[in-house]
Amino acid sequence: MIDQIPLSYYLLLSAILFTIGAGGVLIRRNAIIILMCVEMMMNAVNLTFIAFSRYLQSADGQIFVFMIMVVAAVEVAVGLALLVELNRHREAVNIDEFNSLKG
Amino acid sequence: MQEILFFVTATLCIVSALGVIFNKNVVHSALLLLINFCSLSVFYLMLNAQFLAIVQILVYAGAIVVLFLFVVMLLGADLGEDVSTWLTGWNAFLAALAIIMLTLVGTSVFESMTQGQSGNFTPDDVAKYGQAQMIGITLFTDYILAVQLAAILLLVGIVGVIWLARSDSRDLILAGKALSNKTK
Repeated sequence: MIDQIPLSYYLLLSAILFTIGAGGVLIRRNAIIILMCVEMMMNAVNLTFIAFSRYLQSADGQIFVFMIMVVAAVEVAVGLALLVELNRHREAVNIDEFNSLKG
Repeated sequence: MQEILFFVTATLCIVSALGVIFNKNVVHSALLLLINFCSLSVFYLMLNAQFLAIVQILVYAGAIVVLFLFVVMLLGADLGEDVSTWLTGWNAFLAALAIIMLTLVGTSVFESMTQGQSGNFTPDDVAKYGQAQMIGITLFTDYILAVQLAAILLLVGIVGVIWLARSDSRDLILAGKALSNKTK
């Protein structure tokens, strides 16, 4: 079972997913989509960790994935709360409109 | 058989990831993100990480996507960019940059791959003791500090979100003062 799919396939897939996420952060201006793309990048990293954990036969990679999931959940909760708060001040989620540090 | 499953799921994963970016409707993007997370959990199952596959479904599909959908519901799906097309020169430049980055990442991964020492997390042991038990033993012995830090992080996250999502800070402070005056 371990020999059927090479490790490099998983690594390449996760690199593609990471690039799609990074490209989305660069291209899109909607803050909700940008948060989604950050989640996608984190998932790509998770896939790398689990693939290495499988092929090096170590449980440590899965612990890292667990911690990344905790951080991702907190990050999304705080990010979306910030977004709702920003939307109260200015009727927009387009990040180009938040170009001033004045309150 | 397993390769067919890999390629079908990988195609689904990449297409849904591209769909998240190029969809104009935010709700559709969130639902495509759900497909992306679910297909990743299939990969976790193929990689003998059953516990994390379930956690992936519970946390990402169950909590994070629902949170996104709630915020879209609160803010309205029509906010954001109003552009007619994504096919501009600047976006093509960014896509070229992304592809360069992909090749760089891929090459560095291939170059730096070394055969490390194998651990004791073999499929036989997983079958004998169970996935969750082995993860739990590692989590609560070697990584107990990380667990406690995660707990503190979650607490900080909860408090921060409640503070951010309050209706009006002045009202809350006034209400607190009125409450303390009443108890005096």
